[in-house]
Amino acid sequence: MLKQMEGSHAVAEAIALCRPEVICAYPITPQTHIVEGVGELVKSGALENCEFINVESEFAALSVAIGASAAGARAYTATASQGLLFMAEAVYNAAGLGLPIVMTLGNRAIGAPINIWNDHSDAMSMRDAGWMQLFAENNQEAVDLHIIAFRLAEELSMPVMVCVDGFILTHAFERVDIPEQAQVDAFLPPYDPVQVLDPDNPASIGAMVGPEAFTEVRFLAHYKQRQALRLIPALSDDFAKIFGRASGGLLRAYRTEDAETIVVAMGSVVGTIKDVVDELRDEGQKIGVVTLVSYRPFPVEALRDILKTAKHVVVVEKSISVGLGGPLADNTDGVLRNLENRPRLHSAIAGLGGRPITRASLKRLFHDAAHAPWEGPFFLDLNERVVGREIHRVRKVRRSGSTAENILRQLALASHLPQE
Amino acid sequence: MDDSTLTQQQKLKYYQKGTFTVGNRLVADEERSVQASAERSNALTSGHRACQGCGEALGARYAIDAAMRATGNDLIAVNATGCLEVFTTPYPETSWQLPWLHSLFGNAAAVATGVAAAMRVKGKKTRVVAQGGDGGTTDIGFQCLSGMFERNDDVLYICYDNEGYMNTGVQRSSATPPAARTATTPALGPEPGNVFGTGKFVPKIAVAHGIPYVATATVADLRDLEAKVIKAMGITGARYIQINVPCPLGWGAPSYDTIKLARLAVECGLYPIFEAEHGRITQSRKIRRQVPVRDYLILQKRYAHLFRNGVDDPRVQRLQAICDAHIEEYGLLGDDAEA
Ligand SMILES: Cc1ncc(C[n+]2csc(CCOP(=O)(O)OP(=O)(O)O)c2C)c(N)n1
Ligand code: SF4
Ligand SMILES: [Mg+2]
Repeated sequence: MLKQMEGSHAVAEAIALCRPEVICAYPITPQTHIVEGVGELVKSGALENCEFINVESEFAALSVAIGASAAGARAYTATASQGLLFMAEAVYNAAGLGLPIVMTLGNRAIGAPINIWNDHSDAMSMRDAGWMQLFAENNQEAVDLHIIAFRLAEELSMPVMVCVDGFILTHAFERVDIPEQAQVDAFLPPYDPVQVLDPDNPASIGAMVGPEAFTEVRFLAHYKQRQALRLIPALSDDFAKIFGRASGGLLRAYRTEDAETIVVAMGSVVGTIKDVVDELRDEGQKIGVVTLVSYRPFPVEALRDILKTAKHVVVVEKSISVGLGGPLADNTDGVLRNLENRPRLHSAIAGLGGRPITRASLKRLFHDAAHAPWEGPFFLDLNERVVGREIHRVRKVRRSGSTAENILRQLALASHLPQE
Repeated sequence: MDDSTLTQQQKLKYYQKGTFTVGNRLVADEERSVQASAERSNALTSGHRACQGCGEALGARYAIDAAMRATGNDLIAVNATGCLEVFTTPYPETSWQLPWLHSLFGNAAAVATGVAAAMRVKGKKTRVVAQGGDGGTTDIGFQCLSGMFERNDDVLYICYDNEGYMNTGVQRSSATPPAARTATTPALGPEPGNVFGTGKFVPKIAVAHGIPYVATATVADLRDLEAKVIKAMGITGARYIQINVPCPLGWGAPSYDTIKLARLAVECGLYPIFEAEHGRITQSRKIRRQVPVRDYLILQKRYAHLFRNGVDDPRVQRLQAICDAHIEEYGLLGDDAEA
């Protein structure tokens, strides 16, 4: 059914359609509306056979999900940013135990400095935890990916994180097609666990494993994610058959057929990038964009197939691995590594802590990639004057104070200064 | 305090006057201890890797066997990281005869909440026990524990209190008593061992949550331990039992002294044994003859620095004062047998 609704509420309705049995969460912006939404559905009785548990921390939220999932229940939680870090130990644990929990991540920056706005630092912090990570481009996809996520998680017995850009998607009102219950039921069978705590069949789960078997356990986790590389496109086909629209998949290519420059990005920014691609195409630049839906598993072969004929690859990402550069750029570099005619890789860090990524800036960026290539990470729309002054000050003054506060002070002063 | 809150098992007195002999043969079959039954589940079966004389292994077997009997074996256990977890499940072996899940060090209470929620939603009657050491309970798992209490989730949480982080090599926890030597409270400097005036007694904090049932217990009185676990399993909601379990390795005591030490810990007043329901203390286990705390301390190497050169350190008297205060606070002096 087509509805005009907030992204968070659309996700909440999608979750409810998946018939979760245990939901537990702890509030954090911008995830709050999602759990409030499912909470309402449970409390009102619209979502039956479901326990909604208000816990005292994110660590407990995911721990409750771990217990519920190991006991054979379909379990769901949601968080963002600091909350994901607070549950970090349980994030790795859920994956290590092979529990098919689904979690929504309302992507948000990580402090300090504390910042509630969107970027992908939180998802990146857990990229090696063993969860599959899917990124939604818009709210329709956010809805669809959750439905796919439960099926994917349960088929492989491995948790899935659905990443939905905070505010940009979670708080945006868009037209969304909410599927019918019968469609979801046809797509998603009841949870049939591969391991379960059962008094009739007692098993010990979570034993200590030493050097004699740890490598094999890890190898098999990796192997499972490699299997997901085949399963994700298959589920996407299945989804299309039942729901009548394409959604999910490993990645999507837009106008890349003859492209000399190909942009790689994830999440909601791809909408803006497509507009810029259209504009540049009109101006004669051969450019396209690849949207990565699946970041973990990382679709190395599928991405290589698209990028191998390009001259320039521009990675635009909302995260930084401090001391290295962009993690997505780094992963993309791995894709290109062994190509004979390697495209040149350009890395751009953009939209950190919610900074708007504008069409004008992207247009300049894509133009420069073809005409004035750069080395290392390029920080889109960095305020160089402010950064320069701070670097200078830190060099001169030993007790230079806190960087964040100094920059805010500079900006406050600058707003009273005449434009240069 | 009256005995209306006592179960039939608790009302039975096994001590023959003037001796410490416990006799199952004196009572009817159905009143005999769980361990006396050939049908006991042996939840924690032999072959595990605990040290000889490990109080935790003993306490866990009695507690879980009793919980299994109380639930007709319809029970799931969640375990925090710690000695009990490590010595029972050296991959690919396990000593557990019931479904058992270990997730992390600090989340056993929350994981158990999840298991209980799953059982509820699936309409199953299966019950849940969470268990951990004192570190996993009073320190790193405390937030999850308090959350589970506060929500009154249907979980019995059992803390095996050996008064330190034993699995990592005997470090101080917030349950380590004053003056005790651990690897992080060495017997050095002007105040050797753990300092006075620190630490917490979680049973009291559990009582303050107003949960349906809280009890302390000891491996020196296994009948009482069984009875408390069985009683706890008859109650729905959050329940907490903390068992004093001597650790020969961490306490520096011979393996054969485990039960003796557990008994002395109670009889000197250092470890009060009591029960509480809905925020109110209902019973305390009486001490027939209070023993000086010195008799308890002197058997353990972790207190050796209090008795150097044949002279008692003045801090022995400070510990005695703590014992006396417990006796006063919990009304511990008296004779249960005559009650
Ligand atoms: C988050 C985390 N911190 C630290 C540890 C290391 N650790 C494992 S067991 C343990 C001590 C356990 O002490 P306690 O809970 O008292 O149980 P015991 O071994 O004494 O029975 C520690 C510190 C860990 N596994 N996880
Ligand atoms: S160190 Fe202590 S608690 Fe651990 S197994 Fe040995 S005796 Fe038991
Ligand atoms: Mg301990």
